Amino acid sequence: MTAVAELMDYAEVVERFDPVLGLEVHVELSTRTKMFCGCANLFGGKPNTHVCPTCLGLPGALPVMNGRAVESAIRIGLALNCEIAEWCRFARKNYFYPDMPKNFQTSQYDEPIAFDGHLDVVLDDGEVVRVGIERAHMEEDTGKSLHVGGATGRIHGAEHSLLDYNRAGVPLIEIVTKPITGTGERAPEVARAYVTALRDLLRAMDVSDVRMDQGSLRCDANVSLMRKGASEFGTRTETKNVNSLRSVERAVRYEMTRQAAVLAGGGTVKQETRHFQEADGTTSSGRTKETAEDYRYFPEPDLVPVAPSREWVEQLRATLPELPWERRKRIQQEWNLTDEELRDLINTGAADLVAATVDAGAEPGEARSWWVQYLTQQANAREVELADLPITPAQVARVIELVKSGELTNKLAREVVQGVLAGEGGPDEVVDRRGLKVVSDDSALLAAVDEALAAQPDVAEKIRGGKVQAAGAIVGAVMKATKGQADAKRVRELILERVGG
Amino acid sequence: MPNISRDEVAHLAKLARLAVTEEELDVFAGQLDQILDAVAAVGEVAKDDIPPTSHAVPLTNVFRADEVRPGLTQQQALAGAPAAEEGRFRVPRILGEEQ
Repeated sequence: MTAVAELMDYAEVVERFDPVLGLEVHVELSTRTKMFCGCANLFGGKPNTHVCPTCLGLPGALPVMNGRAVESAIRIGLALNCEIAEWCRFARKNYFYPDMPKNFQTSQYDEPIAFDGHLDVVLDDGEVVRVGIERAHMEEDTGKSLHVGGATGRIHGAEHSLLDYNRAGVPLIEIVTKPITGTGERAPEVARAYVTALRDLLRAMDVSDVRMDQGSLRCDANVSLMRKGASEFGTRTETKNVNSLRSVERAVRYEMTRQAAVLAGGGTVKQETRHFQEADGTTSSGRTKETAEDYRYFPEPDLVPVAPSREWVEQLRATLPELPWERRKRIQQEWNLTDEELRDLINTGAADLVAATVDAGAEPGEARSWWVQYLTQQANAREVELADLPITPAQVARVIELVKSGELTNKLAREVVQGVLAGEGGPDEVVDRRGLKVVSDDSALLAAVDEALAAQPDVAEKIRGGKVQAAGAIVGAVMKATKGQADAKRVRELILERVGG
Repeated sequence: MPNISRDEVAHLAKLARLAVTEEELDVFAGQLDQILDAVAAVGEVAKDDIPPTSHAVPLTNVFRADEVRPGLTQQQALAGAPAAEEGRFRVPRILGEEQ
């Protein structure tokens, strides 16, 4: 239905234009309760079961701020090198849309809790780009709508939407960058690296699940172009629905090539919201936005101002964890990694995960090998980021522990990890459910050894004759007979005992 | 001096989802003018040394502990809904909005 947009070759785009980016990231906080009421802040669940008069916007219900969420907002501001407001208020952003039952969103307008900071972002080749942070403010999430009918047709009366307000009122922090200029052809890469750095930072701070696939971290990408040598920014578009790190990069790149073709053809870029299409990496025109004036912001009368004392701010500053990039420097020294090895760890997204696995008690070499090899393969096969695999560093550490104690072989350990990834529970649960214990009962193993030796008398003879390496064939037969649930080392010992004795 | 036009009243009415007749546009434009004049009079008395007041009570930092409190059941939540389906509020399709 929509015409395929003209695109300009990327090399030509960056030769003729300078891109300007602005990134807005929404982060759902992982507090126990919502921003303004005591309803549980939980992902999923039966629809409309974590709701109350406040988050449903029923008449007379009054909001009260979640202190923990305010704390998280201040900590995030501090980690982003922001100033923390001495006094600020919430405001009502008025609009009618069924995902917001109150008919306004409680947000912050011209008085954000944190402002004027920066985040240093490291690109793949080690180049550092400083991204300015305009503001980080507190607000609340909307409900979720399910659109029913008319996926292809446009039969008006037949279509409707269904709303679940479990997510309405979940604490959100919106982090807005200053315009990012001068990055040229690397703009898409910078956008991705920024969101990655932000995600790693927020994860280290333990303030959010930061799962892009589940919507707890969402990015809107503002992109505009200006002709080389120009000093005024061009008209920007805002691309929404960008649900993975890879998509951030693709969306920016696509908008650059699309806008360049429009401008080169003598047209003008329309200021609008666009939707990213995951399937083909394009963006499509969405609604024309209401202007800020149309939202008729005014100070929220039901919430008193927030005035964080400087003592409180300093106390919170002291709770900031070791930041990801500091931790990386430390692990490089502790694990004796070359710059290249460290960069590989970072580029696969494994560095923080490995570090967290080591913190959970695993040996660094083992932790690295699991994340960089097996789990990276699994992530690639599923086309997700390593960090988005449904397994935690603590679970990986537990698997490593089970191998170390001899309860699992490496092969069984991979099966356990498969089970965890398939959502069957934690490592111990998977071991129980799938019956994956190593056969450690020597008598059961000996029976299998005897059987294998009897089946291959020639091999048994060779071993007896001193060719110990021939035992491999018997080990293989025993492993097969026990479906891999035996400890190969123990089997070898038993074979040698048997033949020798 | 404020001078609200019919167009502005029409725009505000649209934002507030109010159906306003042609005649009412004129009536409201005049009335809104009067209201804004009255507010402007306050602005003349309160000079720069008096910051705009949004909250009359001198309170700040009223926080709630991050503890779950029981809310409504799904049945209670949907009790007042004009239409419900599959445990959700059913609303008309939003026109002009791409999913």
